[in-house]
Amino acid sequence: MEVTKRETQEEQDNELLQKNIILTSLDTVLKWARSNSLWPLSSGLACCAIEMMSAAAARFDLSRFGYEVFRASPRQADLLIVAGTLTWAMAGPLKRLYEQMPEPKYVIAMGSCANSGGPFADSYSVVPGVDKILPVDVYIPGCPPRPEALIHGMLELKRKIKNPEVARRKS
Amino acid sequence: MLKTETFTLNMGPQHPSTHGVLQVVLELDGETVVQAIPNMGYLHRGIEKLAESRTYAQFIPYTDRLDYVSSMGNNLGYCQTVEKMIGVTVPERAEYLRIIMTELNRIASHLIFMGSLAIDLGASTGMMFGFRSRERILDLFDMVCGARQTYTYIRFGGVSADIPAEFIPALERFLTDFPAMLDEYHRLLTGNEILYHRLKNTGVISAQRAVEIGLTGPALRASGVDYDIRKVEPYGIYDRFDFNVPLGQVGDCWDRYIIRMEEMKQSADIVAQALSQMPEGTIMASVPKVLKPPAGEVYHSIENPRGELGYYIVSDGGVNPYRLHVRRPSFINLQVLNETCQGLLIGDVVAILATLDSLMGEVDC
Repeated sequence: MEVTKRETQEEQDNELLQKNIILTSLDTVLKWARSNSLWPLSSGLACCAIEMMSAAAARFDLSRFGYEVFRASPRQADLLIVAGTLTWAMAGPLKRLYEQMPEPKYVIAMGSCANSGGPFADSYSVVPGVDKILPVDVYIPGCPPRPEALIHGMLELKRKIKNPEVARRKS
Repeated sequence: MLKTETFTLNMGPQHPSTHGVLQVVLELDGETVVQAIPNMGYLHRGIEKLAESRTYAQFIPYTDRLDYVSSMGNNLGYCQTVEKMIGVTVPERAEYLRIIMTELNRIASHLIFMGSLAIDLGASTGMMFGFRSRERILDLFDMVCGARQTYTYIRFGGVSADIPAEFIPALERFLTDFPAMLDEYHRLLTGNEILYHRLKNTGVISAQRAVEIGLTGPALRASGVDYDIRKVEPYGIYDRFDFNVPLGQVGDCWDRYIIRMEEMKQSADIVAQALSQMPEGTIMASVPKVLKPPAGEVYHSIENPRGELGYYIVSDGGVNPYRLHVRRPSFINLQVLNETCQGLLIGDVVAILATLDSLMGEVDC
């Protein structure tokens, strides 16, 4: 096996630079691809699920943005839309669904209940906000949010996937 | 000797065709269902307990979230129950508005039924059509109260707002277009041979069994029992309208489907009648801001798209209900699942669940 030896620092830099440039571009392409074809898991919990279905139906037509491929299996999905009230009884199954999704994966908390427990926040059986058990990327307020709000939330997620440094800055 | 064993299959709580987070534990012998035990509670939010720490008016928004595709009916049932306790007379115009909104909501709810039945049986186009027509109704609700799904439009003593000027022309346009829409669905779904063979003679519930178990709504009427609270015990001003209660004969999935399609037509008729009779006037009786109903108990029920929705309230004279119980039709109708599914195939379980049309928000409460 022949060992190539770098003569100067400049050559080494060039080599690294080339690698880097290739890597960065690939990353951009990946981010572009991921952000433009999110595959949501078709998992509805409560009222917001109906609005999620409305968003996917003919009038609001989520497929205009490339997000209409609702998958029934978590193995094929990369976006979990938590649409509705999460109870402690459902927290375990939902967490398992999230764990079954392949990386990279994103979570949208849709509606007041998923954000903070909403009107049921002081109930004995409701999780006060889905971020108690899952990392959430985008919060959508509303009870339930209109389909336009869901679409806006997904476009915000798209922005976040394209510019991860924006999200990283805070932590 | 060849020996076979049954095995257990969990359907849900994450399953696209259980209308929410219902788990059905299926015991299967090959593809034949031996037992189908519904396991609920994944959406139990403790609404009845929350009611005890809310004032009477604060509870109206919670009723929206029980059966979240027919919220107007839930509002109406609760408000009429409280009105019964405190003895308020609702203005004429408000009564008519209530009827119009509730019946429109019944159509919207049955459209969702139709769409979800179609998508459960593999026809995703059906869902698109169902949701398309429902948007027309949601636009009307959006005009009067600014919400698409959780309205809180019906209040104690009336309704929250009068209709805007553009409402009546829009409603008339909808009523003109609706028969054509319904014909389209009949052509698409009712005339579909696959749908017919999957629903016909599947999941038969006899009239006697339906009464024993306490089924209400279209699931009961499909078995041929003539029981519609709008006719039997007319609440509000339902006795002023002329409409038919469609009945089935066999009690199978097909009857439950056809009845709902027919009910939509009747509801559109009621809306048209109410629109032509509606008088001018006030929309709200004078009701105190903080209610203190006299001590005692009251039960009142209305005909919701899924059956008899009843509210049972016990008051101790304070500002909060002492105890509030909701008789949820979805919950009671779901009891029939196990015995209906036995001996059928897995695919039929989905059809039966879809035609019973239970909604998890209401089942778990």
